[in-house]
Amino acid sequence: MIAQRRRLLRIGAAGIAVALFAVMVLAPEAFERPLAALTKFGQPAIYDRDSILALTLSHMGIVAAASLAALVIALAIGIFVTRPAGAQYLPLARAVANLGQTFPPIAMLAVAVPLTGFGARPTLVALFAYGLLPIFENTIAGLKGVSPQVVEAARGMGMTGRRILREIELPLALPVIIAGFRVSIIVSIGTATIGSTVGAKGLGEIIIAGLQADNLAYVLQGGVLVAMLAILVDLGLGFLERRARQPRSA
Amino acid sequence: MTEEPTARPVPEGAAAEGRGLARLCAVAALLAVGFAPFLALQPNRIVSGEGFALPALPAAWLGLPLAAVLAACAVVAALAHHAAVQALAGAAGALAALLGAGLAATALLPAGATLARVSLGSGFWLIIGAFGLILADALVKLRGGPLARITFAFAAVGAVLVVLAAGLWNDLSIMREYAANRDSFWQQGARHLVLVGGSLAPALLLGIPLGYLCHRQAAARGAVLAVLSVIQTVPSIAMFGLMMAPLAALAAAYPALGAAGIRGIGLTPALVALFLYSLLPVVANTVAGFAAVPPAVVEAARGMGMGPLRRLASVEWPLAFPVIVTGVRIVLVQNIGLAAVAALIGAGGFGTFVFRGMGQTAMDLVLLGAVPIVILAFLAAVVLDAVAGRARGRPA
Repeated sequence: MIAQRRRLLRIGAAGIAVALFAVMVLAPEAFERPLAALTKFGQPAIYDRDSILALTLSHMGIVAAASLAALVIALAIGIFVTRPAGAQYLPLARAVANLGQTFPPIAMLAVAVPLTGFGARPTLVALFAYGLLPIFENTIAGLKGVSPQVVEAARGMGMTGRRILREIELPLALPVIIAGFRVSIIVSIGTATIGSTVGAKGLGEIIIAGLQADNLAYVLQGGVLVAMLAILVDLGLGFLERRARQPRSA
Repeated sequence: MTEEPTARPVPEGAAAEGRGLARLCAVAALLAVGFAPFLALQPNRIVSGEGFALPALPAAWLGLPLAAVLAACAVVAALAHHAAVQALAGAAGALAALLGAGLAATALLPAGATLARVSLGSGFWLIIGAFGLILADALVKLRGGPLARITFAFAAVGAVLVVLAAGLWNDLSIMREYAANRDSFWQQGARHLVLVGGSLAPALLLGIPLGYLCHRQAAARGAVLAVLSVIQTVPSIAMFGLMMAPLAALAAAYPALGAAGIRGIGLTPALVALFLYSLLPVVANTVAGFAAVPPAVVEAARGMGMGPLRRLASVEWPLAFPVIVTGVRIVLVQNIGLAAVAALIGAGGFGTFVFRGMGQTAMDLVLLGAVPIVILAFLAAVVLDAVAGRARGRPA
């Protein structure tokens, strides 16, 4: 009963957040009144150099492309180092992933610029490279967390290694892998925002424009948009993660 | 290195246990030595210039022997039977690349040219990366303790600093940028540390008691952790931006606060934002640390007549400590990186060079900011990992 009410509450809150975000993206003028209080000398209160919708879509596009690529590659490497053939690379892969996490996203972006030039490309490279690490770590943790007895039982039933991976190990590791993807994509949304300083088209543009023109209204508008986007994506993936954790009815 | 017979027949390729990676890196290093641009000569600091691979370096008396030394190190690393030999080969290769880059830059720079710059090319970074991996792989195989790892990390950073202090890199573009920004480099460095330390200290002072409270009060735990993880989700620029509006309003409403340095831009919003980011790892790890203390141990302490405060101080805290240190490591590494973004709201720090460099498309200025950030984060991670490792190994 209580669990049910909490679930309803959560769905309600998420619904309101989605609706609010939709209004901010599709009809930003609705917030002109409150934001205008923050401007001085008749500055515009609503960002008008580009449509908010286009910036949001571009931001999400960059994040999605980089994160999906990172997901595929990190999964492949994670599966490889947990197979007997790749086991010798496991300690090192772990050490590299651990050290790689200490590399700040902004530094990754800074290093990607000389390699690829300005625009969306350095952002894509940085998001991809940084996005790999959490997914890779969680893939290993998830696959290693599968109980050996379960795998042994499956082998006893005559399943091949490939079938065990597909039907036993990956489904059992899925919640942990989704958790890694969740961390990865949240970091990516933030880093893509910084990417606007090197010319990637995204919501960071609004904040940067506000900082340059000393226009708090822009900063607040952009800040709330990016924050809402990140929180909504986090909520959505958290929902998927819980779904994956629930035991499936056979 | 394990010699035990395995149950399954080992295929030929896997016989040399663990040497696959060293070989892969050695091949990468060889290709980088032969073909990737080691240095680039630029007409000025902004235009990207002409790249030279080592064998094609105009100063062949330097380029060819250097290429030979690096290739020899790669071959030795690939064929080494003992991890110590592999480690030596990796270290020698990295050092040779480091020294060679400085010497080659001096040789490449036309005499009397004031605007021309020599910057590090992708070949240099690939070679350093490959030898670094060879070295890391060897160290993993040698299974050094935490102290060995700290010593090693500081020795590596020390070697780089000695090369820099000796002036060997003075003709490289990144050191030209340093020379032009010498005073502000150290000022911004100190500011960076203020940002990191100034947010970490209050986060520990508030976060650890809050974490303990959450450990005791299950009702508070869910709510506190949920709020903190939402805060953690907000991207850094957005967070810095969101801090500006309320702080500016606060300073406008109470001039006394404004006079005390509370403002919408600069240090205050950056410290507040970094502090908020720091709370989740500290609180979550404090909760996890105390939760992992076995109830039987606490019960035994109670049975021995220990009061709640003594139980906390001499039983629960030491057992929870390693997990809490892991949280501090996460915060420290995270804040060293995030503090760079704070430069956008005028808070200073190494990020100042990164963003100024991006604005001027002067990549070596970007590196002047980015490289110290990476080194700081790396050292913080190694040191705190070692502290956590020691705390875990210590009998409670």
